[in-house]
Amino acid sequence: MSNTPAELKYAPTHEWLRREQDGTVTVGITDHAQAALGDLVFVEVPEIGRQVSVEEACAVVESVKAASDLYAPVAGEIVAVNEALADAPEQINEDPYGAGWIFKLRPSDEAAIDKLLDAAAYQAQIAEED
Amino acid sequence: MLQRTPLFDAHLRAGARMVDFAGWEMPLHYGSQLEEHRRVREDCGMFDVSHMRAVDVSGEDGTRFLRYLLANDVARLDAPGRALYSCMLDESGGILDDLLVYRLQGERYRLIVNAATAEADIAWLQRQAAAYDAAVTPRDYALIAVQGPRAREVVLSMLEGDARGSAERLARFAAVEFGEFFVARTGYTGEDGFELMLPQAGAEPLWTRLREAGVAPCGLGARDTLRLEAGLNLYGQDMNRDTTPLEANLGWTVAWEPAERDFVGRAALERQREGGAPRRLIGVVLDAKGVLRPHQTVLVDGRPCGELTSGSFAPTLGQAIGFARVESGAEGEFEVDIRGRRLPLRVVKPPFVRQGRPNI
Repeated sequence: MSNTPAELKYAPTHEWLRREQDGTVTVGITDHAQAALGDLVFVEVPEIGRQVSVEEACAVVESVKAASDLYAPVAGEIVAVNEALADAPEQINEDPYGAGWIFKLRPSDEAAIDKLLDAAAYQAQIAEED
Repeated sequence: MLQRTPLFDAHLRAGARMVDFAGWEMPLHYGSQLEEHRRVREDCGMFDVSHMRAVDVSGEDGTRFLRYLLANDVARLDAPGRALYSCMLDESGGILDDLLVYRLQGERYRLIVNAATAEADIAWLQRQAAAYDAAVTPRDYALIAVQGPRAREVVLSMLEGDARGSAERLARFAAVEFGEFFVARTGYTGEDGFELMLPQAGAEPLWTRLREAGVAPCGLGARDTLRLEAGLNLYGQDMNRDTTPLEANLGWTVAWEPAERDFVGRAALERQREGGAPRRLIGVVLDAKGVLRPHQTVLVDGRPCGELTSGSFAPTLGQAIGFARVESGAEGEFEVDIRGRRLPLRVVKPPFVRQGRPNI
């Protein structure tokens, strides 16, 4: 059973999102997603300053087997990326909600966050997929 | 409905993530593909490869038949127990399959063919055999590959008496039979080890004994990265019916001599050899960060000249490697296009890893 923290929001495409004190949001991939992808060996992060729209492919995570797009759960501007993943992509496998975060963005519409899935709804979705 | 091997339940109990591979429900990994890869390079791992098919050829004309069917020459198998790698071609030189052929006692041979091509291979062999005194018999055995620097020691410790002595004396690329139990010193990982073929009922007890001896179960994921590091082609990816051995870096497996031996595809292959094959398969290394994948475009001096057929992160090397099929004349600065970014490729001669050590 994968870990799905209750305080986070989720996109149907397996990204998680956390609201930060400074008004930005942190984004990564879920525990369920990292387990499905397997050992990650490369992460391509977006450029800082890039404007992304909702559901736009803006990062790539690659496991030994395959490359997968990561989609922006909400629209906004990329304000930080996790540089440590360049040398240690396995942090996403080991700690998907902590050291394995991928980027931070400043949402252009904060209300959009509320429309994402909560933990229970996301869990129901992955239960249905299995 | 997917087919299952006799070890299906054992895989589930071991926590395998199962995938559809050529119509078979097979283990991709049992938790970590990278760890399984490492175990094979450094210690000992095992693979259920029972989806691959054994096909026995027997009869008065067995040798003559296979000398005509295969591009390599079974006459080179000068003693029972010897094995040979060969392509089986169609009339135009296209590769129908790649296989291992073992010479057994008497005028008998055993072919081990790929799962995806097994049915077509058997039909092709049986059709061609009509003109010979040769019987083509598919066999339903279980096949377990035990591979790694400690593989021989572990397997030998489980054998007794004559079986142990014979297996211990096996040279590389040789095999021995004990009734329905077949031990071959072959594999698909670049490491030493054995491939064990046995009746299906014996598969799970053997698998369990190997596990108890500390052998790590490994999935098809690790099998793929191990074979790529070892510079071994994968049928359906690095070659298929639209490629000849000369375009798949397998010219060395074609026995041109003796010149009077005709084999299926020979005339077409000779024409290609004389005129020059239009494409070739090369080994490439990506020194920049990123992962090579099949079908990425390869460029030479900025111009597209082919594509990757295999590509992956190579766990032993910590960087990406692959095979690329490019125009034969392409010489210069090679690059790969990864999602619109062009990164330099270094051309190397496989294997990328030799006996567990980097070779690039």
